[in-house]
Amino acid sequence: MVKACVLFAAGTNCDQESAYALELVGAVPEVVHVNRLRSGEQKLEDYQILLIPGGFSYGDYIASGRVLATELKHFLRDQIEQFIADGKLVLGICNGFQVLVKCGLLPAFERPFEPQAVTLDTNDSGRYEDRWVYLRVEDSPAIFTRNITSPMYLPVAHAEGKFLARSAGILARLGDARQVCLRYTTLTGDPPAFPDNPNGSEDDIAGICDPSGRIFGLMPHPERFVRREQHPRWHRERIDEPHGIAIFRNAVEYARKNL
Amino acid sequence: MVHGSLFPELETCNQKLRTNLTHDEFRLSWPVLWRIEITKTTADPEAKALESDIRDIAAGITADVRITRLYYLEGEISKAEAEQIAAEVLCDPVCEAASVRPAAVGALGTEVLYNPGVMDPSVAGIARSLSDLGFERVEIRTGRAYEFQFGGRGRRAADSARSLVVKGLLVNPVIQHTASPGEPVFVRAQPYRFRRNVVKLCGLTAPELERLSKEGLLALNRAEMSALQKYFRKLGRDPTDVELESFAQTWSEHCQHKTFKGVIDIDGRKVKNLLKSTVFRLTEELNRPWCLSVFHDNSGVIEFDEQYGISFKVETHNHPSALEPYGGAATGIGGVIRDCLGTGLGARPILNTDVFCLAPVDTRSDEVPRGVLHPRRVMKGVVAGVRDYGNRMGIPTANGAVYFDPGFLGNPLVFCGTLGLIPRDKLAKQVRPGQQIVLLGGRTGRDGIHGVTFASLELHQKSEEISGGAVQIGNPIEEKKVTDVVLAARDRNLFSAITDCGGGGLSSAVGELASEDGCEVWLDRVPLKYAGLSPAEIWISEAQERMVVFAEPGSVKELLRLAAANDVEATVIGRVTGKGRLLLKFRRQVVADIEMKFLHHGWRGSSKKAHWQRPETADPSVPTGLDLSGEVLKLLQAPNIASKEWVVRQYDHEVQGTSGMKPFCGQGNTGPSDACVVMPVRGSLRGCVVGCGLCPRYGLIDPYWMAASAIDEALRNCVAAGADIERIALLDNFCWGSPDRPDQLAGLVRAAEACYDIGKKYRVPFISGKDSLYNEFKSESGESLPIPPTLLISAVGVIPDASRTTTPDFKRAGSLVYLLGETFAELGGSEYFRRHQGLGRDVPKVDAARGRRTMVVVGSAIRDGVVTACHDLSDGGLGIALAEMCFAGAIGARIALDKVAGSQRFKRDDFLLFSESNSRFLCEVPLRQRDVFEGLAAGLRIPCRVIGRTIPEPDLIVDGLRGDRVVRLSASEAESAWRRALTRRL
Repeated sequence: MVKACVLFAAGTNCDQESAYALELVGAVPEVVHVNRLRSGEQKLEDYQILLIPGGFSYGDYIASGRVLATELKHFLRDQIEQFIADGKLVLGICNGFQVLVKCGLLPAFERPFEPQAVTLDTNDSGRYEDRWVYLRVEDSPAIFTRNITSPMYLPVAHAEGKFLARSAGILARLGDARQVCLRYTTLTGDPPAFPDNPNGSEDDIAGICDPSGRIFGLMPHPERFVRREQHPRWHRERIDEPHGIAIFRNAVEYARKNL
Repeated sequence: MVHGSLFPELETCNQKLRTNLTHDEFRLSWPVLWRIEITKTTADPEAKALESDIRDIAAGITADVRITRLYYLEGEISKAEAEQIAAEVLCDPVCEAASVRPAAVGALGTEVLYNPGVMDPSVAGIARSLSDLGFERVEIRTGRAYEFQFGGRGRRAADSARSLVVKGLLVNPVIQHTASPGEPVFVRAQPYRFRRNVVKLCGLTAPELERLSKEGLLALNRAEMSALQKYFRKLGRDPTDVELESFAQTWSEHCQHKTFKGVIDIDGRKVKNLLKSTVFRLTEELNRPWCLSVFHDNSGVIEFDEQYGISFKVETHNHPSALEPYGGAATGIGGVIRDCLGTGLGARPILNTDVFCLAPVDTRSDEVPRGVLHPRRVMKGVVAGVRDYGNRMGIPTANGAVYFDPGFLGNPLVFCGTLGLIPRDKLAKQVRPGQQIVLLGGRTGRDGIHGVTFASLELHQKSEEISGGAVQIGNPIEEKKVTDVVLAARDRNLFSAITDCGGGGLSSAVGELASEDGCEVWLDRVPLKYAGLSPAEIWISEAQERMVVFAEPGSVKELLRLAAANDVEATVIGRVTGKGRLLLKFRRQVVADIEMKFLHHGWRGSSKKAHWQRPETADPSVPTGLDLSGEVLKLLQAPNIASKEWVVRQYDHEVQGTSGMKPFCGQGNTGPSDACVVMPVRGSLRGCVVGCGLCPRYGLIDPYWMAASAIDEALRNCVAAGADIERIALLDNFCWGSPDRPDQLAGLVRAAEACYDIGKKYRVPFISGKDSLYNEFKSESGESLPIPPTLLISAVGVIPDASRTTTPDFKRAGSLVYLLGETFAELGGSEYFRRHQGLGRDVPKVDAARGRRTMVVVGSAIRDGVVTACHDLSDGGLGIALAEMCFAGAIGARIALDKVAGSQRFKRDDFLLFSESNSRFLCEVPLRQRDVFEGLAAGLRIPCRVIGRTIPEPDLIVDGLRGDRVVRLSASEAESAWRRALTRRL
């Protein structure tokens, strides 16, 4: 049985649909309040997958994900380091990706909880926007994006999703280590301008992983496309498998075989 | 932490920041006050947006803007520690830079702070991070500093430009101010010194009673004041201030709807209790078994499936939004979400709706009266308010409308709705003596004191000063936590009754729940944001994000534990007594003791006169021989037709993963859908179809047909998506001018009567509603401007299978295009006449019996899969609906106007193309389904004509009544006109 911890904090709001996506591919998800991990009532070691879902943790008023990132760094550090050392999987979606980046769990070139190297800045449009985007799946060690055909089609919904690296060196290193897993693209594969790159991300980056491929974060919402009727054009297009499913299935299959 | 180190920097710190301390005490004492400044090191879209707004508000002014976020921290914090806080908590090292210095208010550019007492939602998160780092008891205040460099102008011009920008864009005095150097960062409230305030009432003369009502902002009329006087004379004592406030709140128009419940004499005919005799009566007579809870709870509830009901409520928040658009709209959506939580034993919010009525955003600044915010600012504010609250709550906002008319300039309308999913065994509240009264959620401050009575008075220029505390900005994360706790507690059966704190605060919430049994409340137990509140203020405060639950004594402990585990404050503040009295105490002293029965039934319905005379309106003279392709293009850009994508994309319409039909459809996800569909139970395709209708401009001709058309439109929207007319319920929201004007009141009566007449023939019940009267604005010259009579109709339909729906985009070439329904020469109030500067006479009417049959055909044809695209005809009529179907699908159509049912009435192609007759639908039907579709229509005797076909070239081609080509328009040109019009004006 693959158990997944769907981390919940005040302001988390994509927990139920994320848990549902995991359920669809055979995992047993549990929504766990961060207070219970802090108090020791529940333990991360009981799970094989940690999913930090979307939302506005603590309101995201300072900057997206910052308060929860501080909390992970100071209170759950040991648990998370052990979790990663055990070869388990971490997935951050939207606000979860922002948290992973801000606490240094991504890109984590050498080790977890490095000083923050990249960020997700305010969208170039200056606004929160909800729209669907095409994504090119890059060759990377990420467990989550294995054997997925490009382009994926998923919705983004955020105000702060513009991927920026602290320096050109860091961006190059991400490329060299094949840690970029997803890039915004167009249906035809042309370089994306706004709105195909919905936020102005550097190098069109939509998702990255750590060097092991077991920690993965992305701005788009795979949990919002796990059934046909969620597609904006299901009334006019043939939809085979909803594109979000594969990301969760890859994680759960990996966990089943290896953890 | 190390104590006692000296900070030379503090020498420079302004002494005035810290009151009652000498220089030496100041240097040696904790806490210390720091100011942390955060600036962007990468592009700042917020500054860029402000620069563009600056160009908009005054021609010729350009400015470079730099924005600095400010955090004031006071606590036991050294400089090194403040720097650590800046680096770890407040500053993003990739895109920001921080500097830490001793506090100096106003040290940088124009500094904007919230007024003392305005809740700052960002503080809680910062406090949590500080606590994570080991810093407890730190006072936090945030602000923003704006530095401007005005292009190519002298110092004097720059100063006046700055003041224009500050007033017009940055600071709303209702909630903010520009900080002056030396002003204190933290204002310490004085503790409250209890005094039992008795108000002299028994001995007053009639004029004195009226003066008391007016000066005390009680908004009670003469009859009510003398009823009160009689009551207290009988008791042999004068009332306390708390008692008087309780009556003012409970008897307010907002709570009692005195106009609707009173007697109206309309041209000699007496109407008693207008709503009861129209809207309620309709629902009663229809007696639909799937209506589970109507008109008595915080939302109406209909059956969803065997396990769940769907609740729906729409509220208005007009007056607060006029004063402070962002906060007004945010707390509007916050309030209606609490209505959802307060329905039955709590419904889970599954969808938000929002509708705004505003003046056109390109209104000239000199046309905006003093004391009124420019409509562009109102629009940006209300959209941001709904966005920031709804998105943070994790509730999709996927249906709504924005309607523009100059009549809303002084008094915009903001409607917010929430649908909820509620287990059917959680529909009933039970109040019993002995239950404990528990207050959950946010703390109580002086927020919105007199909000309810204020909403019942006309807006006038001074309202900002009198009711400065009327608007808050809302804290969605607090409400999210409260929601989580309420739903978890509901599922564990930890309480027996619940309601929200909305207008009137505790006085309404507790007062209503315990209106029969009576209660005792200990006001000094209510947790406060700051000291100094009197018992009366605590009792009527409209602080946001609070719910009241009644719990059995045995459940209280677990309830409090559950709340604490979720970082939600929960406090026992009283108990249900069973004595039928409202007993309020403060520090053991009685501050109110009155009979519940009199409190809830002692008010007087008003008695008002109404007189109906149809206004004289005329058709504009529209030139003949116009280029109709050009007219279609122009209409596509009309504010009420153009795409609202700028608004809609800012809302998260897909959170919860339940969306089955989005606001946009078609080839490029840009065409307008008629309704939205959500599938609230994961794993099931059962869904809710939600739509709305409103046509304020028709109301300027005749509110009866305005109301009828709004109902027809709301139903059309749902049916065009595939809803079943047999399973749609409606909500009414009346927004009107002063009912004290006979003509306005007559319009209100006519609109309510239309609800009955049209609803009856459609056999569609109303399940909930709300009214907002006195929507007028008095200008300086004393001229009063009522808004156009507006009835918003919201509709929800339950469908068994969301995969049996359709959208308006044409799906393939070679299909038949059917027009169902009949077209009349009804251009009164139309967008076409508006474009040609006229209102017109012939307002669209509704033949509801035939409309119902049409909707039966359309709905069942969609559910049977016979129809591949469907769009209702509304603003802009046939021409606009066709254009939208074409560009949404990137497929053309060739149409012949002489095939349209009713075309014989028309001599002019343009009138036929743009008439807004009701109950009409365009359907795309594949050739092979022709017989099935026509069979359905023939069975129900409705006009159903093939008016053309879809074609592969993406062009809309229309042949006129005389067979000549009158429109040839490329879909992409139409789309780009439609999509860009609103964004361009913003």
